[in-house]
Amino acid sequence: MLNRQGRPTQAASSVDHGRETFTGNRALQQIEPLIFEIGHHETTGVDIEKPAPFKSRLGKHARKDGIGLPGLSEPETMRHYVRLSQKNYGIDTGLFPLGSCTMKHNARLNEKMARLPGFSDVHPLQPVSTVPGALELMLELARYLMTLTGMPAVALSPKAGAHGEACGMMAIKAAIAAKGEGETRKVVLVPESAHGTNPATAALIGFEVRSVPARPDGTVAVKDVKALLGPDIAAIMLTNPNTCGIFEPQIVEIAAALHAAGAYFYCDGANFNAIVGKAKPGDLGVDAMHINLHKTFSTPHGGGGPGAGPVVLSSRLAPYAPVPFIHVEGGAARLVEHVSDAPAGNDPFGRMTAFHGQMGMYVRALAYMLSHGADGMKQASEDAVLSANYIRAGLSDLMSLPFPDHPSMHEALFDDEWLKGTGVTTLDFAKAMIDEGYHPMTVYFPLVVHGAMLIEPTESESKASLDLFIATLRDLAMAAKGNDKARFTAAPHHAPIRRLDETRAARQPILKWVKPEPIAAAAE
Amino acid sequence: MRYLPLTDTDREDMLARIGVPDIDALFSDVPAGKLLKTPLDLPRAKGELEVERIMGRMAARNVAASAAPFFVGAGAYKHHVPATVDHLIQRSEFLTSYTPYQPEIAQGTLQYLFEFQTQIAALTGMEVANASMYDGSTATGEAVLMAHRVTKRRKAVLSGGLHPHYTDVVKTLSGMASDEVVALAPDVAANEDILAQIDDETSCVVVQSPDVFGNLRDLKPIADKAHAHGALLIAVFTEVVSLGAVTSPGAMDADIVVGEGQSIGNALNFGGPYVGLFAAKSKYLRQMPGRLCGATVDSDGHRGFVLTLSTREQHIRRDKATSNICTNSGLCVLAFTIHMTLLGEAGLSRLAELNHANAVKLADMLAGVKGVKLLNDSFFNEFTLKLSKPAAEVVEALAEKGVLGGVPASRLLPGAGLDDLLIVANTEINTDEDRAAFVAALAEVL
Repeated sequence: MLNRQGRPTQAASSVDHGRETFTGNRALQQIEPLIFEIGHHETTGVDIEKPAPFKSRLGKHARKDGIGLPGLSEPETMRHYVRLSQKNYGIDTGLFPLGSCTMKHNARLNEKMARLPGFSDVHPLQPVSTVPGALELMLELARYLMTLTGMPAVALSPKAGAHGEACGMMAIKAAIAAKGEGETRKVVLVPESAHGTNPATAALIGFEVRSVPARPDGTVAVKDVKALLGPDIAAIMLTNPNTCGIFEPQIVEIAAALHAAGAYFYCDGANFNAIVGKAKPGDLGVDAMHINLHKTFSTPHGGGGPGAGPVVLSSRLAPYAPVPFIHVEGGAARLVEHVSDAPAGNDPFGRMTAFHGQMGMYVRALAYMLSHGADGMKQASEDAVLSANYIRAGLSDLMSLPFPDHPSMHEALFDDEWLKGTGVTTLDFAKAMIDEGYHPMTVYFPLVVHGAMLIEPTESESKASLDLFIATLRDLAMAAKGNDKARFTAAPHHAPIRRLDETRAARQPILKWVKPEPIAAAAE
Repeated sequence: MRYLPLTDTDREDMLARIGVPDIDALFSDVPAGKLLKTPLDLPRAKGELEVERIMGRMAARNVAASAAPFFVGAGAYKHHVPATVDHLIQRSEFLTSYTPYQPEIAQGTLQYLFEFQTQIAALTGMEVANASMYDGSTATGEAVLMAHRVTKRRKAVLSGGLHPHYTDVVKTLSGMASDEVVALAPDVAANEDILAQIDDETSCVVVQSPDVFGNLRDLKPIADKAHAHGALLIAVFTEVVSLGAVTSPGAMDADIVVGEGQSIGNALNFGGPYVGLFAAKSKYLRQMPGRLCGATVDSDGHRGFVLTLSTREQHIRRDKATSNICTNSGLCVLAFTIHMTLLGEAGLSRLAELNHANAVKLADMLAGVKGVKLLNDSFFNEFTLKLSKPAAEVVEALAEKGVLGGVPASRLLPGAGLDDLLIVANTEINTDEDRAAFVAALAEVL
């Protein structure tokens, strides 16, 4: 007799499974079926009143077929998702040193503030007269972002980093078109070390992408940029601090060269968290830069979103900012929702998203900024940089540094030169870190470094935590060099699941649950 | 500062271990004169209590939806979300995790994404769904770009019933790529001749049902005509609860289905974050944007889940990617999928039925007010009224009386000559008292 969980309900034979459990569970680590395997289409965990009989106005559009959605009662639902959560590693679980992703502490005060009904329970289209506090919050966030970056304007609405990149590049395209150069300036320069989103964004907006080589020290040289400049160049997309964790030393000269050639400087602000309160992009010649609120200002990553990607703009690009935006005149704030409604001097290029952007994220980011203050934000940047360099100093005698000539900013980059001849790959090393209770660092990015390992501790770690992390990585490095190959190649051994076959997933895509055929039917 | 664990002693020790005299030695690559010498012109650090005071004051200046009879929709809807949902999405392991690039310690996220994809495919009547987009409008923009890739054509036809913000997002995105967008005039009565717009140059037709005015539309004839010309039908919805009561877009042969999932599990949040839904026929799988989660096995043969087919994505393909999208709406997806799991088919059907019943009740009550005409033949939980006065004025006057009474069409479509139209939504949250208050206030205002 099989029960709903698919296990026979009579006692199993007492064959010795080498102390394997009968269920496959391991104490707190539970094997959890899919909702489709335990739910039922008649079950519901929500009590909703049945309306009195009435005459439908759905006309011929009423659904005639079933949907095929199982339900679970409330206790079953709670248990299902709690068990799933126990298979996940989060910042609150331990050190999460993902370079370029900035997994810093997510303060619960920010969550509490985002859930105030005055923020969470307001509709984007209710009368503007009923939401002055929402406009106030957006203006305050904008003021902070403009002050931190030294830029005169900000477009708040982009919903993520890549969306912000698109917004900034659209503003650049609009500015070029306004100068009548839309037909000639069609090329965007992107360094080899860039995030994949940069070339993808440029292509999305109809630009041709041209690669800028990196110097052997991991930075971009102004002479290499100048060699590529011409009347066909629209912009450069440069990450600063760059994806190798280095502040681009020639950034000011690069910006000046672009401007002299009639082109624009887009800065990928993914790593802005290294320089908040230390340097202002506006002082470096940046024309547009997106800010990942989910990195720099600690709105939760949430397993992959939602993010938010406001874009700060120079005075050269400010007029082209998309709708919606808040226009302040004579002390009164007005929400501009349509291009046709833009005040004089503004020429918005269009609209990035329905409504007004990621309000829930604005609240969390502002709560972070208010809590830290100017002094705390500067200290956070310094601590992030200090911690990254501390890790680098603690490991550089065992692990190879591709770019030893520059101090690291908020992240330390290693390559796999030191693993040569061991039979252990960067991926193996990362999976062995899982067994030791750490989330791996970013691996195989940036692409300019072979077998890259990009470690970003953030400012959220204590010295004791950093010391233990360094000691663990030293132990692992010694083991990798000491012929303990099996520790790595079969890792992880202790995670909720062993190493997964990603090739198979791509070759035979199974992207949803399908009801298995009854055994009798399958046999025919 | 309460979030920073390092002490001054730690900092001194660490600088000594690194071998630099002070922190600014690590910022030596910042060009001369660009390192800030003075503190930023912003306030200093604050304790929790003070932050709560400041933000509480801001929040208190807004009228929350739960504080008034509330009938505002047009792309975002107030529904009741079970307490279980918000509790679960705040669990550390969900809230503070990253994109599941290390699947062995992200099976929680990956399994709920797989369950979500299955739910969305079932709801929309489609073969495959992705792991979400930012929101419904950006999903629509991406769907149009995908149709251009599939058909190798560059002209999109947008229905006049499409949410105007969605139209603007598509126009902006496609305009930047120099693609052609034919946006039909606002179509209040759902009687536009969209079939006449479809020709051999058309890459896709974009139609919303229920549309922005609340009308339900039959997509089958549009799908047939599109397919006859080698074009795709993109079906859009902004109210996902409607799928519990109306024919799915898949059953009407849509090729791509996109929509907004905010209604299930997610708060209004003044417009974001929301959750974009994206589903398609499986033959177009490799042209889809966004993340996909797939089932596989581990080295012991156990079932597990991974992000897959990432060769479509920006971090692998760079300028040849199907989209520049990296982030999705992870936590909003989780809220959606938990709420949908609680509802199940039985709960969703009941919820949809109650929404529709309430809307029917309200429509009949309002139609009885002098100076009001109901324009819809069919609707789900939202409809459009023609008023004897400009709707923008009416809505302000209603707000003065403590009723949030809908969205003036002119707010979405200024200058389109629709100043006397009011779009009204009604969900399970509205009581008979709410409806009576709305009717009484409207009668006074008109």
